[in-house]
Amino acid sequence: MARVYLFKRFERFWHWTQAALIVFLLVTGFDIHGTYSIMPWHDAVRLHRFGAWTLITLWVFAIFWHFTTGEWKQYIPTTNRLIDVANYYAFGIFKPGAHHPFGVTQLQKHNPLQRLAYLGLKLFISPVLWISGLLYMYFKDPFTAAVVQPIIHTFGLTLGFVAIVHTFAAFCMLLFFIGHVYMGFTGHPPYAYVKAMITGWGDAEEDPAAQNEKG
Amino acid sequence: MDITKLTGVVAGIATVLWLGGSPAGAASAAAAPVAQPPAAPAAAPAAAPATKPAVSAALLNSKWTADHSQFPELQKKFTTGPEVTKACLTCHNTAADQIFRTEHWNWEYTDKATGQTLGKRIIINDFCTAVTSNMVHCAQCHIGYDVGGDPFKKVGENVDCLICHDTTGDYTKDEYSFGNPSDGIDLEKVAQKVGEPKRDNCGACHFFGGGGDGVKHGDLDSSMSDPSRDEDVHMSKKGGDFACQTCHETSGHQVPGSRYAVAAAPTGGPPLRGQPIDAKHPATNPETCQSCHSDTPHKQEALNEHTDIVACQTCHIPEYARGGQGTEMSWDWSTAGKLDAKGKPFTKTDQNGQVLYATSKGTFTWAQNVVPTYIWFNGTVRFTLPTTKIYAKDAPIPINTFEGSPTDGKSRIWPVKVFSGKQPYDPVYHNLVVTHEAPDGKHGGTAFWKYLKWEPAIAAGMKDAGRPFSGKYEFISTTMTWPITHMVAPQAQALKCRQCHSSNGRLEQISGVYIPGRGRDHLWWLELGGWTLVGLTLLGVLMHGLIRFIVYQRYVSRRKGS
Repeated sequence: MARVYLFKRFERFWHWTQAALIVFLLVTGFDIHGTYSIMPWHDAVRLHRFGAWTLITLWVFAIFWHFTTGEWKQYIPTTNRLIDVANYYAFGIFKPGAHHPFGVTQLQKHNPLQRLAYLGLKLFISPVLWISGLLYMYFKDPFTAAVVQPIIHTFGLTLGFVAIVHTFAAFCMLLFFIGHVYMGFTGHPPYAYVKAMITGWGDAEEDPAAQNEKG
Repeated sequence: MDITKLTGVVAGIATVLWLGGSPAGAASAAAAPVAQPPAAPAAAPAAAPATKPAVSAALLNSKWTADHSQFPELQKKFTTGPEVTKACLTCHNTAADQIFRTEHWNWEYTDKATGQTLGKRIIINDFCTAVTSNMVHCAQCHIGYDVGGDPFKKVGENVDCLICHDTTGDYTKDEYSFGNPSDGIDLEKVAQKVGEPKRDNCGACHFFGGGGDGVKHGDLDSSMSDPSRDEDVHMSKKGGDFACQTCHETSGHQVPGSRYAVAAAPTGGPPLRGQPIDAKHPATNPETCQSCHSDTPHKQEALNEHTDIVACQTCHIPEYARGGQGTEMSWDWSTAGKLDAKGKPFTKTDQNGQVLYATSKGTFTWAQNVVPTYIWFNGTVRFTLPTTKIYAKDAPIPINTFEGSPTDGKSRIWPVKVFSGKQPYDPVYHNLVVTHEAPDGKHGGTAFWKYLKWEPAIAAGMKDAGRPFSGKYEFISTTMTWPITHMVAPQAQALKCRQCHSSNGRLEQISGVYIPGRGRDHLWWLELGGWTLVGLTLLGVLMHGLIRFIVYQRYVSRRKGS
């Protein structure tokens, strides 16, 4: 094991900005939804729209980064050692001295469970939020209503359906968020992963090839 | 106690407040150009005006080109209303014929959408119910003079010009006058000072509809004579100081904006004044908000995105009856006829002088600052006609029904006042009945307000209406819906988003539209499932973390121990 530079500067900026925006959007979004009322409604709407556009902009940059750097390959799903990892979080983690079955390397910095979770976030939760949110936002805009409403009505849908899809995806995002924050504190020491995401440096195998053979 | 006084209590408020309101009317009259008295008033009448009286600067600066006080036709002693009208018609020789084409004269209206014949002459409402046999009283709000016979007969000199065009505030009609002017009015002075109608001219009837101040509309009462800016931003002297016809812009004596045919969902921008009305430029309703403000008046685009389904009135009239005068919310005729300990009719009023019970009329409830009821409304109003079959099982019977739906593409969400009535009907022929109420000496002692007997009063009313009466009557609950469109508040008092975008908000009952923030639009199982999973996940990670912590503590202490 050694200290390895796992998370590059843009990646860390992207992660933490996205985290802040998701919290912001969850807070304002459930306020608009009527779950609670902590600010004037029109403020919640304005902030939610602003946050949404900021996040979309960030995503555009992040997608570009993933493809130009080849980092998208980090999210290719695999079943290799998936059960081992799941077993570790369910049982092994409670045994003092037990080791994580997956050794992180620079080329494989996510364990198979992470790959699945993050792929789900990127290919399902985020796009559904993005698309339903834009349809919702521009349903009645005078410049876009003529396009957006026929799209929705062609599929026999209503604004209410769009809103419910958006709500569903928001719940998924909230569940992911809770799980993700907790998992962030399962390192050794507990804050190790969080620290790695801040500094970029984390514990990993020095030689990727050697690690893979060991596993 | 004089029965006439008692029976007239509700309606009497009309006259009292009308007179009481006249100083204000006179004050504003002084400011108006037409009413400016000439330098030399009535001192030198028609005889031989050696020196022509000077025309006031105010009049010269106005848009008017005539000083009525200088017309010889008006410089004479008038003793009756028709005499004045004859003088008016010598110059305004098409005015009477214009009047004969108005609802104000005919009290009859054919609804193009429903084909129903409506109007005061026709319908039976749940206030004083019907005018048919009661013109002795009701005619005080007809713009004509009664010279015996049919008050709607189209005789030019019977048109009452002064009830609308008086600017002095001195001109009134008595309650039991068949529409003739009160005694002791200086008709010469009134005639010389005619001008455009003021709020009080229209208000003389429209503030007091239903027999008293604020009874009917909810958004029109005597406080609108001189409203505060908060009560009505357009009509207040501190706001636009509008007259009624500033919005109800009248042409050829036709006043647009009847509640029988409401422009519920006008679209487009303001009409260009002076634009010819043709197929390309259809007639617009100048009394709508949109005709001045357009349908995208807000700086915030998000607010403009509401205007296709929400009427302006919904947000901008947060409550009705906001001027300190209550509006009647219910009228129960079935309790009428009780006598006091001495066997006399009596009246009970509240601290504001609003009638709670009158022997001649029954029980009333009143309310101020009322949150409207909200409905989908497309402008079409269908009435329960005098001949419509009604059944007790369907009660409350809607006197009128505002039509509309979220899907017809013509409706908007409107604020309305829903009034509750309880009135006699014929349970054998199953229809509403005309009751003869106002004593006029012509119906052989049947007037209900005086004689307090239902059966003969209904028989007399139905006889005048030319319809059969079985001789039996029962009371039936009814409702009547009134559009709320006046008392527009200043911008700052418009509804806030969350008053509708919330559960149990203003629009809780409105169906057919997804209102973000309103609980009833959510999927209950998604909410329940979502929050349950959130709770379970939180519990799960807490338990997981707790076990890790305990295991780690044990491990540490065991290592210390060994």
